[in-house]
Amino acid sequence: MSQAMSLRASRTRYALRKFINTLMLSLTGLATLFAIIPLVWIVVYITREGGRYLSVDFFTQLPTPVGVPGGGIVNSLVGSLIVVGIACLIAIPISLVAALYVADHPTTPLGVLVRFSTDVLSGVPTIVVGMFAYALVVLPQRHFSALAGSVALAVIMVPPVLRTTEEMLKLVPRNLREGSLALGASNWKTSLQVLLPAALNGIVTGVMLGIARVAGETAPMIFTAFGNPFFNTDLSQPIATLPQTIFVYAISPYQDWHAKAWATAFVLIAAVLGLNIAARLLTWWRTRRLRLA
Amino acid sequence: MSTNQSLRIFTRALASNETADAPTTTVKMRVTNLNFYYGAFRAVADVSLDVPDRRITAIIGSSGCGKSTLLRTLNRMGDLVPNARVEGDVLLDDESIYAPNVDVVDVRRRVGMVFQRPNPFPKSIYDNVTFGPRLLGVNHRADLDAIVEKSLRAAALWDEVKEKLHESGFALSGGQQQRLCIARALAVEPEVVLMDEPASALDPIATYKIEELMHQLRDEYTIVIVTHNMQQAARASDFTAFMNMNAQRAGTLVEFGPTKEIFTNPHQKETEDYITGRFG
Repeated sequence: MSQAMSLRASRTRYALRKFINTLMLSLTGLATLFAIIPLVWIVVYITREGGRYLSVDFFTQLPTPVGVPGGGIVNSLVGSLIVVGIACLIAIPISLVAALYVADHPTTPLGVLVRFSTDVLSGVPTIVVGMFAYALVVLPQRHFSALAGSVALAVIMVPPVLRTTEEMLKLVPRNLREGSLALGASNWKTSLQVLLPAALNGIVTGVMLGIARVAGETAPMIFTAFGNPFFNTDLSQPIATLPQTIFVYAISPYQDWHAKAWATAFVLIAAVLGLNIAARLLTWWRTRRLRLA
Repeated sequence: MSTNQSLRIFTRALASNETADAPTTTVKMRVTNLNFYYGAFRAVADVSLDVPDRRITAIIGSSGCGKSTLLRTLNRMGDLVPNARVEGDVLLDDESIYAPNVDVVDVRRRVGMVFQRPNPFPKSIYDNVTFGPRLLGVNHRADLDAIVEKSLRAAALWDEVKEKLHESGFALSGGQQQRLCIARALAVEPEVVLMDEPASALDPIATYKIEELMHQLRDEYTIVIVTHNMQQAARASDFTAFMNMNAQRAGTLVEFGPTKEIFTNPHQKETEDYITGRFG
């Protein structure tokens, strides 16, 4: 008798539990939906606004003056590639080597200092980094330059790449490191030939996120690369970049420049998205080949 | 289980170990008054031990009694632990491996190591085996090919992997991975091979293969193996060292001698208690 009653009681509790479970599940689903709505919205909106202005000319022509139809953004496209490319060349080696050190010596004074300062640096507004590059490169050169833009972006890129790399290196099992050292490998050979390859997937993801982040930086470009309506590949001269071009077009009072701003934004987003997908494919392919997973 | 029963089990294990009658041998490594400290904590206390040349020496004892710590002092892997400190000395062919002018890299080449969990690098089977030789400057393809075949044959793995040398080492089973790690260690032609519970993560069949392999390697290499498995020590080793914790929780060497003697006629009460399962 008492057993039957307790069973009945537990059945009501079960119904309540089931209800709460369903409720919580719906809430988490709803929250997830809210989280991705902005992304989907931005992509759809920019594709609609910017997509219709796209043509082959847009990728191959220089900008035209206000009112002249046609024209493209080839100078900004190439400019962004150059500025971000040089920034990568500066930032990635520094980040990787520093991350190897920090992951290996987390408690030494230098290790603590590096970690602390990268955290501080990642909190510095990018416009301040732009002013720093202005003081460091533009003032001594006495003119704006692509190189100054790259320096600014490199400074912004180091913290995320360094910290992601460090975290990924820490995830490499300790016995891999010991295995290498036990074969008589020195510390740096172990880092270079065992730890880095083992952590490569995560490091590539970190680098991609870093690139995606700086490719869209606008504020520091205004003080450094400055912009240039003409085609330029000279590092010591001002150069146009995609975000800075969007900025100039978007704040202008002209209707056709607004349209160009949308189209340029579309190109920038597509490039960043494409880069991310490419990186994912690359690491997926590598994981499968090495059966890391 | 009575003492006599347990001893009989080990006697059976010993009977399958034809080499238990170890003749007098030369000393390959000599441990003298070794103390190992993790910070202020003494993990190994005053151990002296002669590791015989081209024999299998097993180190047995309960968990945490300093077996692995002792093993790691033999190729200076203990140096890697922050704040660790070694007192006493370890001689390899009568020369100290802790002398100031000694190159750690050279010590580790001469004294190789196989770990508890198989730890192949995320590289191909071929690149795993050639990792050590390449560090030593061997770069010619033909030389490397020869080393790969020789090492994999020595590790009794060649026939299983010769068709897929350029596939990932991760694609192998656990037992094969462990033999790959043995091949990797043998590729630099060490004189001593340290094995830290090499079969504890493996199933009985893979364990059997590793033991069989140790037996084959014994003609050319000095082997020191740490094991939890007393039957394994009885089956596979020529000499056995029994370690136990003292009152300060530091590992001490209780008894060392020919395996047959340790298991059938231990001199110390502690050893007898341990091998018959009456301890603690």
